[in-house]
Amino acid sequence: MSDTGGPPSPSADPLGALGTQTVAIAVEAPTQRVAPAAWRLLLRRPTFLVGAGILLFWIVCAIFGRSFAPYDPLAQQLLASNQASSAAHWFGTDPLGRDVLSRVIVGARTILIITPLATILGTILGTALGLAMGYLGGWFDTVASRIVEAILALPFVIIAFLFAVAVGPSVPAITVIIGLVFTPLIARTVRAAVLAERSLDYVPAARLLGERPARVMFGEILPNVMPAILVEFTVRLAYAVFGVATLSFLGFGIQPPTPDWGADVAANYTGLLAGYWWQTLFPALAIASLVVAITLITDSIEQVLAS
Amino acid sequence: MSSPEGHSAPDPAPAAAAVPDPAEPTLIVSNMDITYKVRGQDRLALRDVSFSIGRGESYGLVGESGSGKSTAALALVRYLPRNGRVSGGTIRINGQDPLAMGTAALRDLRSHTVSMVYQEPGRALNPSIRVGRQIAEVFEIEGESSGAAMASAEEMLRKVQISDPARVMGRYPHELSGGMAQRAVIAMALAKSPSLLILDEPTTALDATVEAEVLDLVAALRQEFRTSILFISHNLAVIAKMCDRVGVLYAGELVEQGPARQVFDDPRHPYTVGLLRCIPRRGQRKDRDRLDTIPGFLPAPGYAMTGCIFAPRCGLAQDRCRSESPPFFDVGDLRAARCFFHDQAPDLPRATPSSAPALATDGLGGPLVVVEKLAKTFPGGVQALAGVDLMVHRGETLGLVGESGSGKTTLARVLLGLTAPDQGSVVTLEGKPLNPDARRRPREILRALQIVFQNPDSALNRRHTVRSLISRPLTRLAGLSGTALRDRLAELITSVRLEDRHLALRPYQLSGGLKQRVAIARAFGARPDVVVCDEPTSALDVSVQAAILNLLADLQQQEHATYLFISHDLGLVRYLSDRIVVLYLGRVMEVGPAETVFAGPHHPYTEALFSAVPSLDLEHPDRIKLTGEIPSAADPPTGCVFHTRCPRRLSTGVCESTEPPLLEEEPGHLIRCHIPITELRQLQLNEPAPSQGGSA
Repeated sequence: MSDTGGPPSPSADPLGALGTQTVAIAVEAPTQRVAPAAWRLLLRRPTFLVGAGILLFWIVCAIFGRSFAPYDPLAQQLLASNQASSAAHWFGTDPLGRDVLSRVIVGARTILIITPLATILGTILGTALGLAMGYLGGWFDTVASRIVEAILALPFVIIAFLFAVAVGPSVPAITVIIGLVFTPLIARTVRAAVLAERSLDYVPAARLLGERPARVMFGEILPNVMPAILVEFTVRLAYAVFGVATLSFLGFGIQPPTPDWGADVAANYTGLLAGYWWQTLFPALAIASLVVAITLITDSIEQVLAS
Repeated sequence: MSSPEGHSAPDPAPAAAAVPDPAEPTLIVSNMDITYKVRGQDRLALRDVSFSIGRGESYGLVGESGSGKSTAALALVRYLPRNGRVSGGTIRINGQDPLAMGTAALRDLRSHTVSMVYQEPGRALNPSIRVGRQIAEVFEIEGESSGAAMASAEEMLRKVQISDPARVMGRYPHELSGGMAQRAVIAMALAKSPSLLILDEPTTALDATVEAEVLDLVAALRQEFRTSILFISHNLAVIAKMCDRVGVLYAGELVEQGPARQVFDDPRHPYTVGLLRCIPRRGQRKDRDRLDTIPGFLPAPGYAMTGCIFAPRCGLAQDRCRSESPPFFDVGDLRAARCFFHDQAPDLPRATPSSAPALATDGLGGPLVVVEKLAKTFPGGVQALAGVDLMVHRGETLGLVGESGSGKTTLARVLLGLTAPDQGSVVTLEGKPLNPDARRRPREILRALQIVFQNPDSALNRRHTVRSLISRPLTRLAGLSGTALRDRLAELITSVRLEDRHLALRPYQLSGGLKQRVAIARAFGARPDVVVCDEPTSALDVSVQAAILNLLADLQQQEHATYLFISHDLGLVRYLSDRIVVLYLGRVMEVGPAETVFAGPHHPYTEALFSAVPSLDLEHPDRIKLTGEIPSAADPPTGCVFHTRCPRRLSTGVCESTEPPLLEEEPGHLIRCHIPITELRQLQLNEPAPSQGGSA
């Protein structure tokens, strides 16, 4: 009965007891190295390997794409426009007769430069802000939290869009904009992790050794919230891909004729009505595959950290 | 009924009868092995465990963490986690084999035959269902109509001595105190009249006076229901008080069993002997005695070993013990011990010399810390401390005793500058007032006041190495660097008995006892004047606790440190303290030299506290019992704050109206009570069981 949702008799509890039991058994071994073990666990996960494989493929495309792409992604062949896939053009050609496959391969570069840079920027700023909010507390935390909530109330693409309109499109501008938009999101996650750490006794212990607030935040608390930050970073990375592609699609990202997935989708989606689906599908698939790859990696990291 | 199980327990004929045979034991466990599969490898967690529990009998399983006692209980009703299984032996509950049961039969066993009560009552109750409803559901499963079930639930709550059952029925679990919730859980467990009641550390999370009430309740209900009880605890004194027979579990093996009193009075297995010597007993004092310890560590679970499992840690071990696994030997009085040298066990050589290192004690020094009119009110009006005056002398250990909510931790935090006291409070160190905020205290003051926290897992940053954890106070507070730092670090780890190889490790790579040594080394690093020890051993096992207590006692002699020792364990306080302060609801009820406070006469609250704590030493035959809950500190009672629970309350009404002053009744012995000390002495020496409002 108790295990079928019947009355919550005390026998419903062993779940908790079981949990501790298994942990106790697993942790008893006197010495174990955690970091290398985490790597080994990660490499044993199929989801991680698939994600990492896709990501690695796009990184190779981004770095060496120009040398192995079958055509110059900018070369127009007006006589060969809007061609469906063929032996010569695997992914077909666009309205200007450019090779879609080559544009997809070379288009990996911009997005793979902007997204990590933007996410790193957002993570650094967000971590600093979150640490300060969580550790210092008080009025600073109250004010910052309200601002963060206000920003969170709007979809981040809208905010990024507003900034992009104001500043004008350029690669550095997009990078900074997405980084800034991510800052409050990451700060909120870090703050929650810091609050959990702050309740542990090592924080007052550090205070009793006369440690300065900066040292307590960065030397004591930060290393312990790194796992949470790592997960948040990879989650944001996927969103950044999505964000960059969306801005490009809306015309506020990478400007033509530079090959870019989002911009290419935007430039060609009207062709869908004429049946030229390959011009939109392949760049869109590229975006999707990158997001999926990062999400797979995120999930594996999260599971390994939780285990 | 109770027969000693040998290593070959009788194999019971499986009885198919639904009605249990009254002559047959409720539970028979024979040669049970339990295996956990961890990372693809089988690890034997429990090995060849045999015991039985007769009808109405109470059997105690005692052991340290990792000994497998909870695993054994879970296996009985097949609650082992997915990676665990019973890999050998048999279990019979009322003659039936739970291991062979199908889903329906197993559900029947869990819902009608066996009940379990765990340590945390809060987790056993569904937080979103009213308490009455939860208990009534059990009766409904037993076949009662919902109306009758509610009536039965109310009756059941009355049986577990809840004074206003109708009101408690309508409450949600979070509205109950820990003791009330545990009673409700016990009510629920007994609602189905189980044949077997499994109590897994049922009072470990409760305060001493509440624990005493719950234990009394279990004992009374056992008489009434004739239920067989499997009582699991790490606390030997609780087992001694509650159980007819006891089994001592070590590293997954039952090493000794027999009638509880005999096992604890005259143990015959070296492990039991060692364990009992780890506990400070009446008459042991830090200035004369050191506790014995058990050397070495518990083997990792599943560690394959030839010979006796305890041999590596045993002072009696011979070659035979290392090659041959001892069977159970009948040692008389229905007892059995798994030891070749069971007749020599009582003479087990000590692992630690018994006498304290001789030291010229120059008596108590002058006042070091003085606290006056100390009050702390938390937001919401919770008065954690209300007008505390006390003095800590140089070189002494001041024991701080009280139940949860008494303000003892708040007092320590105020002293350390982690919690700011209310306006008007005075806290001085060597006559100089202390800044209420540690962040604003000069380095010299920070050096002078340090703390050993209760839980080293929380107190040590898990990302730092032992070296950096211990070096930090040396560089920050003692200002050491270079060779001086290295020398002091080496000296420090030697004095807390750590080894060089530990320096490169991180806390998670150390056992609980080693972690606490690191925390102690950190506290002592900059040679503090006062060290607050906030329940420093309550997260540790008994055998580890003894070593830590010895270490604290040794360090105090070496470093001439002053201790503020906070503990709920009166045995520890008695062993370590020179003077004792008893706190109740943020007020000092009694202060005095340890021996005087323990000898009495004491404040009625102190008296209740002493009689509530189960002890292995046969004493206090006449216990005074407290009833009722600890009042909320946000709304303390008028007059004497203890009057609501005081069994010696005066009938004149003065206790309800006027707060008694803290008066010096004997030299250095202060009591806050309206009853004069001469009368208290009379009451406590002569009168066995006072009734409320009896005197004056």
